[in-house]
Amino acid sequence: MNPLVLAAEEGAEHAVELAAGGAATQWAGLMLVSPFVAFLLIIWLGKNMKYKGGEFAVAAMGLNLVIATILFFQNAQGGILNDTHIFEIGRIGLFEGRDLVFELGWMVDGLSIMMYWVVAFVGLLVFIYALGYMHGDVRVTMFFASFSLFAGAMLILVGAPNLIQLIIGWEGVGLASYLLIGHYWEDLDNVRSGNKAFLTNKVADVGLILGAIFLGMGIGDFRFTHINEAAAAGEAGLQTVAVAGALLMFLGAMGKSAQFPLHIWLPDAMAGPTPVSALMHAATMVTAGVYLMARLFPVYQYMAGEAEILGGIITVRGLMVGIGAITLLAMGLLALVANDLKKVLAYSTVSQLGYMMTAVAAGGYTAGLFHLFTHAFFKALLFLGAGSVIHAVHSNNMTDMGGLRKDMPHTFRTFIIGSLALAGIIPLAGFWSKDEILATLDYEGYTFVFWVAVAGAFVTAFYMTRAIALTFFGTYKGHGHPHESPTIMTGPLWVLAVPSVIAGFLNVPGLEFGSFHNFTTWLAARVVPLGDHHPEAPDWGLAAIGLGAAVLGIALGWLVFGRDADTQEARDRLEIPVLYPLLRAKYFMDHIAWAIVGFTMGPAARAMNWVNTYILDGIVNGVGAITMALGRFVYGGVDQRGIDGFFNGVAMASDAAGSAMRKLQTGRVQQYAAGFMVGALVLVAAVAIFR
Amino acid sequence: MDWFENGWGLSLIVFLPILGALAALAIPKERESTVKQWSMLVAVVTFGLSLIVAFGFDLGAAEQYQFETNVPWISAIGANYHVGVDGISLPLLVLSTFILVLAMIYSWNHWEEPRNPKAFLILMLILGTGMNGTFVALDLVLFFIFFEVVLLPMYFMIGIWGDKSMRQIPGFGKEMPTRLYASIKFFLFTLFGSAFMLLGFLALYFKSGEFGGRTFDIPTLAAHGAAGDFASWGIAGLVFGAMFLGFAVKVPMWPLHTWLPDAHTAAPTVGSVLLAAILLKLGSYGFIRIAIPVLPEAAKDWAPTIAILSVIGIIYGSLACLAQTDVKRLIAFSSVGHMGFVMLGIATLTDVGINASIIGMVAHGLITGLLFFLAGSMHHRYHTREMSRLGGNLKLMPRLGAILSFTAMASLGLPGLAGFWGEFMALLGAFNPLDGLSVGLFRGAMVAGAIGTVLTAGYMLFMLQKVNLGEPSEEWVGHEFHDVDRYEMTAWVPLIILIVVIGFYPKVVFGATTDAVVNMVDNAYAVDSTASLDVSGS
Amino acid sequence: MIVNQFLVVAAALFSLGVYGLLVRRNAVMVLLAVELMLNAVNLNLIAFESVLRTPEALGQIFAIFVITVAAAEVGIGLAIILLIFRNRRSANVDDFNLMKL
Repeated sequence: MNPLVLAAEEGAEHAVELAAGGAATQWAGLMLVSPFVAFLLIIWLGKNMKYKGGEFAVAAMGLNLVIATILFFQNAQGGILNDTHIFEIGRIGLFEGRDLVFELGWMVDGLSIMMYWVVAFVGLLVFIYALGYMHGDVRVTMFFASFSLFAGAMLILVGAPNLIQLIIGWEGVGLASYLLIGHYWEDLDNVRSGNKAFLTNKVADVGLILGAIFLGMGIGDFRFTHINEAAAAGEAGLQTVAVAGALLMFLGAMGKSAQFPLHIWLPDAMAGPTPVSALMHAATMVTAGVYLMARLFPVYQYMAGEAEILGGIITVRGLMVGIGAITLLAMGLLALVANDLKKVLAYSTVSQLGYMMTAVAAGGYTAGLFHLFTHAFFKALLFLGAGSVIHAVHSNNMTDMGGLRKDMPHTFRTFIIGSLALAGIIPLAGFWSKDEILATLDYEGYTFVFWVAVAGAFVTAFYMTRAIALTFFGTYKGHGHPHESPTIMTGPLWVLAVPSVIAGFLNVPGLEFGSFHNFTTWLAARVVPLGDHHPEAPDWGLAAIGLGAAVLGIALGWLVFGRDADTQEARDRLEIPVLYPLLRAKYFMDHIAWAIVGFTMGPAARAMNWVNTYILDGIVNGVGAITMALGRFVYGGVDQRGIDGFFNGVAMASDAAGSAMRKLQTGRVQQYAAGFMVGALVLVAAVAIFR
Repeated sequence: MDWFENGWGLSLIVFLPILGALAALAIPKERESTVKQWSMLVAVVTFGLSLIVAFGFDLGAAEQYQFETNVPWISAIGANYHVGVDGISLPLLVLSTFILVLAMIYSWNHWEEPRNPKAFLILMLILGTGMNGTFVALDLVLFFIFFEVVLLPMYFMIGIWGDKSMRQIPGFGKEMPTRLYASIKFFLFTLFGSAFMLLGFLALYFKSGEFGGRTFDIPTLAAHGAAGDFASWGIAGLVFGAMFLGFAVKVPMWPLHTWLPDAHTAAPTVGSVLLAAILLKLGSYGFIRIAIPVLPEAAKDWAPTIAILSVIGIIYGSLACLAQTDVKRLIAFSSVGHMGFVMLGIATLTDVGINASIIGMVAHGLITGLLFFLAGSMHHRYHTREMSRLGGNLKLMPRLGAILSFTAMASLGLPGLAGFWGEFMALLGAFNPLDGLSVGLFRGAMVAGAIGTVLTAGYMLFMLQKVNLGEPSEEWVGHEFHDVDRYEMTAWVPLIILIVVIGFYPKVVFGATTDAVVNMVDNAYAVDSTASLDVSGS
Repeated sequence: MIVNQFLVVAAALFSLGVYGLLVRRNAVMVLLAVELMLNAVNLNLIAFESVLRTPEALGQIFAIFVITVAAAEVGIGLAIILLIFRNRRSANVDDFNLMKL
């Protein structure tokens, strides 16, 4: 048993007993395997089945959801589970008789159970949705095979008891991401997007792998429990490498969780089919970085968090909070100018990941994870809703949409629910989790970041309002007549809408459900002294600030984009001056909104977009081009001309020398004999002279 | 089976192929299927025997030489016929016999011009003897002979069945056939290295005379090394350097690698496979088996150099890959990078690093072997290897494309597949090199190596994009391509399975190697070097 | 006994042989020049033996060996020359560049 868990916080009112778990924790291993079984079955049998193998994927996820739900309730009611099942896959002798052990296995504790459940629940719904969405696609079988591969890798990642297995799952989801972004690989643009995602993540993975080496070799063990114990105990071996290891790990997390400036791959990743975007690039895979930070929370909390870097200018934690804050605001601004509905949601996802990262980095273990939890539902809901719309109008572009609220009532209503949850409107899920993040930032004293987060909440509400206005209101601008999607697609939307509404209550401060406890307790944040802040009662003052920002965002957004249905497309181009007098003539509020939006946010968002497109992407493309050029130089200049040239030169010199010497061989015996004589004479002379 | 266990089992594995080749000489050239069946039988039996060795191998005593035979051979110079396997050589021996079988299966109906299956199969069998022999030889003379035996068959394979196109070599007046250039280059490079290696061996032989009798015996020399007998030897560094040249050419390490792209590109498919899968390992195996245990101190002096050259190889090979237009040449250059990781592991002189290098060798053998099979099959169908002309392979031949994607992923070191362990553990080893080696330098190498993995991912994705994805070019419209056939599938599926199995359960390899490596490293570096070993009676 | 006179004669014979070997164009004459050189060596051997008087009479023995070898050499040499002459209708050594690659 992990002593860290036993060292329950002194005097914690909510300290909960630990439970053994029993059979269910053993069966939990099935979750990690079943998607791979499904993968093989899909490849083997999928082609000839009705849904081209999607059945297997759904069945595996259904099984996983059952197991995860059992664990979830056990954890919530019977006491906190803490169980790890491992088996050895490799053992290397080290010096001093110590062994370096590689293991695979699965962890069953509050954090992993929460992730299991999210992956299984959202995953199952997205898979069911995909049965309808992908119907008739060019290669459905391949799609479901890759999707199952993703689910398996993701579960391996979140169930990992050690860094090695985490890396396996981590790169496994990266591979699935590559495969699914490039699902339509006939178009090389999609392939390039996949390459970009894979390579960006690979760069970050350098951090992950080196970080794992630093931390693992610091204590000679890769197990999370041991690393965290060592961190809590202040072990010297870990202390020396903790800062470097923690920073490298954070680099890895930045890649997967798309933190600025490594976010560049995520918007391009929208090239994949929409269910992929919903499950991988919104709800689960991209949260892996946040998950990793939470998993190694004690390292940041006890060892690396306050360490000074960059010559003492900033602390590790400050750096992480800063990057999270930049991400949450800057990416939110980008969502304002995107015309592609999925890109709006993608930037929104990056922005929300910024929230989570900021929270975890600031010390809000529960706050960050709670936002991860709620965000998974409503962002998956939004993406699936977007998918439903795209399915109907055959375009990603919001300029081809509009007025869909009458044609697609189910999609419209669920999309509204998701948007309100994302914007943080009381009492939906997003409100409570965002409030918790704000409370953490306030409590930890990050006042500036607190206001950045509030601004982020405003922007979030603003761009979601814009997206809804452009998509569902006004007049339809696309081709054909859009129809509501089939039940197999709208069903999951409604199911996802439920937790989007109620999930927030699971962690309302001061609200307990008897023996069911609340989210904080499930995560065992209270029994493990993580230095986590969770207030006993809601701070309504902070809540009002956050809510106020969201309401303001919605109101302004509606004023700018919502009311005048026919001109909204034109108004979206904030730079067009012709609209300006028109707006002023009609609404005084528009004027203010225009002033704020048109002269601050518009340019700011566009500037951000410009930086993103020309600077960051430019750097990426530049690095790519330079690397290719370097490759050509190394191959052409150094290798072929230099090194190979040298060896060829040696060969050529030998050849030339041989040709020259061959001329001496005339075949005339007398010339040879003359040679002998001369040689003999020289020898005689030499003897005579030097004797 | 007594004779097998304590005597002649290994010798049978070594000499069965060449005896089979001699017998095959007697079969008339026209009866191709008889020759094929016979060679296949020989290869399969050899593989079966190596499996018997593997299963009979006592993993609890992996640090000892097992199935050992030691009889006087050339008594005038004290050379013995000494063979045996321990945990280090066992995986490589099994790999070698295994790949030979797969190569035979593949070549069943893939013959390059000028066909002549009989000659080709005989060369393959001779190659088998050389490869297996090198991995079990425990005597320097024996080792040297087997090391050189592999040269000839490969020379002929490249020179006769290789690339028929003409090539202008910079500096030479006339165009010459690519295959001739490549085969001669291969031969001369290796011979150049082995000449120095032989010098090194001879120096060891004469030096060992000062400690109780001249000997070529590797375990005895290693015991001398462990006892510190060679520690104060003035020219130990030079001797190590001489051996280094011999092994480094074979690995190949930068900057001695230039024979490799040419040889690989020009060689027939099966030749490339054997070259990549087994022949390259002879060099790195030599480091582990001979150079380090016998001259541990000199190895320590050389380790930084080896590490730097390895890292240069990793980065350089990857960059060169990015510039390639020829699929096969790209794969060949990728070997330079991957073997860089293997050598980086060795350079750390630690248990972790050397284990990494062995699993790296096995993984590279499987993965790059498979890649060359695939490149060969693609060439067979498209009659070109130019990436600019390929594209949309996944559409034209879904199975071939899928296997190519899988292998490319394995090659870029995706965790969960075999390639990951070699790379990851080499970096792990470089984090904590042997005491006394510069930690800063090795950690620098670690970071550079990690950056190399990004470049590796880059060129592999680049290759997939060019070859596999996108729409097929106009050129291939209307062509009928037959997807992977039975023989290819039979040869490839075992490789795929092994890549996955080793990826998820590396204990398959580590179980055999770790004790042997620990023992080797402990002997070389951890014991006190006060007592000189006394070898009497030789 | 004074050997100088013998050595002078032998040196003169040897030089004549060398001269003949290098300048004569007729193959038979070249062969004879070689004989001359061999005999010069024989003369030396015997002259030295008569001074040194080794117990095994090495000088004489070697001289006899040389004579034997010379006989064999002339036999083979003449046979070769004869064959070349038959094929080429010439005994001029300038025409004999068969040894050239």
